[in-house]
Amino acid sequence: MTTTILDPGDERTPVARKITPRPESITGNVALLDISKPRGNILLDRLDAQLTERLPNVTLNRYAKPTFTKPAPDDLRRDIRAKNDFVIEALAD
Amino acid sequence: MAAELPAFALDDMAGNGHAFPAGQRTALCFVKEDCPTCNLVMPLIEALGDAEELAVLAPGQTADGNRTLIERHGLTIPVLDDSTLKVSFAYGLETVPLLLMSDESGTEVDRVVGFDRAEWQAFFERHAPTVDVDWQSLPEWRPGCGSLTQDPIIADRLRAESENSPLRARRIEIAPADDVHEFLFDQGFTDGLPVVPPTAERVLRMLGGTRRDSQEVVATVPPNYAPATVEKVAINAVMAGCRPEHLRVVIAALEAVCNKVFNIHGVMATTMGATPVMIVNGPIRHELGMNMRLGALGQGNRAANSIGRALRLAVRNIGGARPGGTERSTLGNPMKFTMCFPEWEERSNWEPLHVERGFKAEDSVVSIFAMTSGPTLCVDQSSLTARQLAGSFGLSMEASQHVHAHNASDAILVVCPEHVDTLARDDFNKDDVREQIQKVTARPLTDLVATDDIGGGIPADRVAAMPADRQSRPMPKFASKGNIHIVVAGSDAGKFSGVFHGWVGGDIGSIPVSVKIED
Repeated sequence: MTTTILDPGDERTPVARKITPRPESITGNVALLDISKPRGNILLDRLDAQLTERLPNVTLNRYAKPTFTKPAPDDLRRDIRAKNDFVIEALAD
Repeated sequence: MAAELPAFALDDMAGNGHAFPAGQRTALCFVKEDCPTCNLVMPLIEALGDAEELAVLAPGQTADGNRTLIERHGLTIPVLDDSTLKVSFAYGLETVPLLLMSDESGTEVDRVVGFDRAEWQAFFERHAPTVDVDWQSLPEWRPGCGSLTQDPIIADRLRAESENSPLRARRIEIAPADDVHEFLFDQGFTDGLPVVPPTAERVLRMLGGTRRDSQEVVATVPPNYAPATVEKVAINAVMAGCRPEHLRVVIAALEAVCNKVFNIHGVMATTMGATPVMIVNGPIRHELGMNMRLGALGQGNRAANSIGRALRLAVRNIGGARPGGTERSTLGNPMKFTMCFPEWEERSNWEPLHVERGFKAEDSVVSIFAMTSGPTLCVDQSSLTARQLAGSFGLSMEASQHVHAHNASDAILVVCPEHVDTLARDDFNKDDVREQIQKVTARPLTDLVATDDIGGGIPADRVAAMPADRQSRPMPKFASKGNIHIVVAGSDAGKFSGVFHGWVGGDIGSIPVSVKIED
């Protein structure tokens, strides 16, 4: 359920979602997430090959959402989060 | 009676739209499924559907309940989905069933509430005489049930969403996948500890703590000079954990710190790490259950702790004073989370702080001081006379900022009850204490110069350049006795009084401000 709160601050400044700080280098595990749109898997295959070549010490893990029409199931999100340091999501079309 | 009924448009459970008024006589019956009396009257409402030239609409308060009613009673009349309760709220519904009769233009001409057989029978005879009902098979009387709109939590939501809502603040939606608390941290809305999410319902309840209009501007808050409406203060009070009755203290406190002479901008910005210290006087201490005794300056009292925190959150969120931004304290200061306590006025024969500062004893007042540290203890378990004890206070207070820093501005001395008793035995009043503090700390300037061993103090060459009588003239710790603010608090056991050290005072710093707490 969406929670709605009232802004406690100065409304002359916009409310913006904070973005997680971007690391300077890629290490550890990278998730490649296919949202199940057509040809997303092809894009990810190419990325997989290029990243394997450029970042041999990084482990790539492949995931797919059951359908692009709905948000990723909680279990999938938890799984990706627990096992990976980065996610590349293929928004195909 | 003869009132124009609120117009509405609702869908029935098959998704067909129904508008009211629709240019014909209409019977409106508000129902909810778990009400036995509503179930008793549903066959009667269904029968009304047979009346000529009469529309029948039955707004029901839950979608599942509506479906159950339709199935249970084989209803063919439109049962309308008012599960948002907006129409029920607009009608000011208190009890279901409520049966209303309107004319073609939507004006109310008749109503019955609950179930009184004679009333219902008369209603039917007036408006649907052709409908045949076996009235004798029905009980004489059954009470109605409370409308769902009367549920306190739902009522607050409905008030918050209604057109007359006092809430005008920007609404921020937090997505279902986001953690509310993490979101509040991410936005920088907290002081580093979790806050209570300021939902519309909570803020509305908080606003019940004041008679002021929610859009009244209480103060303009530095450093960003943003307007603080009563609503904005209430939002921050919710976040801090306040109860509605605490709100008026927070409002008064914010007014006080935003008084120009208090200089909240400088207080927040200084690298010395100053912060507002609030002292509450008057009857409100008892009304709010503020703790004046054991641990009065510490944690564990919701009123004091949350009021002090609300002030700081308001300054942070409305004014924009944040560490690393315009807040530049070198070390920081735990009092920046919250620092508020009441004076135990009844524990001494002294004039309480607010009376000394020009208010009536029966006034409730908040006084705010810019302090850089505290409470630092004066441990004196051996003084037997008032003079000795007040002298000990003086030496302890001399350490404020630096022992060599004389002619200083404000300090707060919190005298514990056992020390109060020692002073009372010799009939010392607050001013006698101040006098002794100034006396024992008065030193010639030559004692306050920087040396090879101690670098702090007045440069030696500056003192050397002064006339001899000036060099030897004693200078007390504080610029005046009026800079020593004395209150009583603490438990009856322990000879430990406390001192708050001040910041820069007067026109170039911060002058303490007291504000009467209004309803």
